[in-house]
Amino acid sequence: MSCREWLTGNSSPRGEDEVTSSGELSCESISKKFSNGKVALSDVSFTTPTSGIFTLIGRNGAGKTTLTRIVATLLEPSSGRATINGLDVMTDARKLRQMIAVVPQEGRTVSWMTPRQTISSYLLWRGVSISESRSLADEAMAKVGIESYSKRLNSTLSGGIKRKVLVAMVLASDAQIIFLDEPTTGLDPISRRQLWDVLTELGEKRFVFLTTHYLEEAEAVSDRIGVLNDGRLLAIGTMQELRNQLKYRYTLRIPSNDAKISPFEGEKVVRKDGELQIMTTEDGALKISRELVEQKTRFSMNPVDLDDVFYYIVSEDEGRRGVAKQ
Amino acid sequence: MSRTSSQLLASILVNTVYEMKNYPVVLVNTVLSPLSFLIIITLASRGTLFGEAIEGGLIMTMFSAGTSLQADLSHLKNDFKMQDIVVATPTTAFVYVTGMTISELISAAPAVVLLSVLFALYVHVGLAQLGAVVSVILLMFFASVSLGFLLATISTDIVQSYSFSRLFTTLFSTIPPVYYPITYIPLPFRYLAYLSPTTYASEIAQNAAGLLPEPGYSLVIAWGVLLATTFLFFLVTVKKSRWRDR
Repeated sequence: MSCREWLTGNSSPRGEDEVTSSGELSCESISKKFSNGKVALSDVSFTTPTSGIFTLIGRNGAGKTTLTRIVATLLEPSSGRATINGLDVMTDARKLRQMIAVVPQEGRTVSWMTPRQTISSYLLWRGVSISESRSLADEAMAKVGIESYSKRLNSTLSGGIKRKVLVAMVLASDAQIIFLDEPTTGLDPISRRQLWDVLTELGEKRFVFLTTHYLEEAEAVSDRIGVLNDGRLLAIGTMQELRNQLKYRYTLRIPSNDAKISPFEGEKVVRKDGELQIMTTEDGALKISRELVEQKTRFSMNPVDLDDVFYYIVSEDEGRRGVAKQ
Repeated sequence: MSRTSSQLLASILVNTVYEMKNYPVVLVNTVLSPLSFLIIITLASRGTLFGEAIEGGLIMTMFSAGTSLQADLSHLKNDFKMQDIVVATPTTAFVYVTGMTISELISAAPAVVLLSVLFALYVHVGLAQLGAVVSVILLMFFASVSLGFLLATISTDIVQSYSFSRLFTTLFSTIPPVYYPITYIPLPFRYLAYLSPTTYASEIAQNAAGLLPEPGYSLVIAWGVLLATTFLFFLVTVKKSRWRDR
C-alpha cells in the first residue's frame, strides 16, 4: 500500500475533470490470478446499466466473489479495467467508496454489538453524525422488520435476522450502488423469500449487484443476469435474452420415464427421482403434449426457466472445453 | 461533528466501548492483565524491583496495545469481514487505524492510570527524566501499533493471527528484561535480549528513574535503536499492509 492509498484510498492520482458519469458498470478483460497460482477470473468483459438488480450466478468457485470484490474496490485485478459510472475501481476508489456499500460473502454481525449499534457504527464510518446514524438505523430496522430485535445482542439472533441486520446496514446508507455477495446463503426458505422482497424494493431505487447460487432467487429478483463458470463469463442479459440463447423454449416434465414418445427435436434428461425432463421447440412441445394426452400420461409444460438456461449454457461450455460434468 | 470524527468514533465504539458496555468482564480483564507481572516480580523480588516492575508494566501495557490491536483487527477482519465492509466506505486506512489505535488506548487507560499513580508515588524523577520515560513509552506504542496493523492486514485466519500475537508477545515482552534489570540475565544470553527493542526501552526508562546505571554503551545508541525500529515498523506497515487485497 502506498502513502497515497493510506491517506486517500486511491492507488494513483486522478484529476476530477477526467471523471464522467456514464450510468453503467463496465469490465474490460478482467483477469485475476492469485499468488498461489489459482486463476479465478479469465478475461471477463461486460457492461451493465447501474440500475435495477444485476445478479451473477454460477457454481461454487465460479469466480462470483472474486469479480464482486474487484468491482467493489476490495481486490486488485491482475489485469484489465473496471469502471462504475465512469469511475475506475483502482484510481477513483475514494470517490467510488462514497457511492458504494458492500455486504461480503460470510460477512457477519459483530457478536458483542446489537443490531442498532451495528447499523449506527456502519453509518458513522460512512461519515454520518451520531444522532442521524441512530435515527437512520431505526428507520432501516423498521423497513426490514427487525425493530423488535434492535437492542438484543447479535450473538443471540437467528441467522436470518443477522443477515437482515447486514442488509439493513447498507439500506440505511446513502450508497446508490450496493454489492451483496450471496446474502441469502444458509437461510431457510421463508427468511430467503422475505429478503427477496427487501432486495426487490432496494433495486427499485438503487443499483444492486447480487451474487447467488440459488437460481430461483436470481430469476425472482433480477433485471439482468450474468452466468459465470470457471472464471469466465458465459452469458449476460435479461431473463428473456438468456432464454433466447437456448435453441429450445419449453420444458416438459413427466413424472415417470416410461411414457412412449416418438422422436422429437430437443434434449431428454432423466432426473435422479425418475422424472423425465424434455427441452424442446414450440412445435416439439405441442407434438409431445398431444401424444401424452392420448396416452393419458400426466405432465407439465413450462417455458424454460433459469435452471434450464444455466444447465444448458454451462453444459455446452464444458462440452466445448472437454470438462467432465460434475 | 466532522466526517473524520464520526469515522474515528465508529472504530472506538466498535472495538472498545460496545465491547465493554455489553461484556463488562472485558473491562476487568484490561485492568488486571497488565498488573499480573507487576505483582509476580514484586513478590519474587520481595519488593526490591517494585520500581522496575512499575516501569515495565507501563512499557508493556503500551506495547501490548499493539498486540491487542493486531488481535482485534484480525478478529474483525477474518471472523466478521469487517475490513471489507469498512474498505467500501469513505473511511481511509489511516483513519480506520487511528480510530482503532485510540480504542486500544482507551482499553489500556485504566491500567495506565493505575501504573502512573504508582509511578508518581514510588518512583521519583525530575521533569527531564519523566519526559524520557514518556517518550520511550510512546515510541514503543507507535512501533507496536504499526506492527500490529501490518500483521492484522496480512493474516487470513484467526488461528494464524493468534500465533502472530503470541510470537509478538514472547519476543517483545516475555523474553526481554522489561520488568527487571538486564543485569539479572547471565552474560552470554544478555546479547540475545538486545535483539528486542523493548530491552532498549526498559534500559532508558530504568536509567532515567535512577534504577539502573548507564549501560556499557551510550544511551544515545539505545534511543537510536528505538527511533529506527519505530520508523522501520511504520515504513514497512505503510508499504506492506493491505487495505485493498491483492
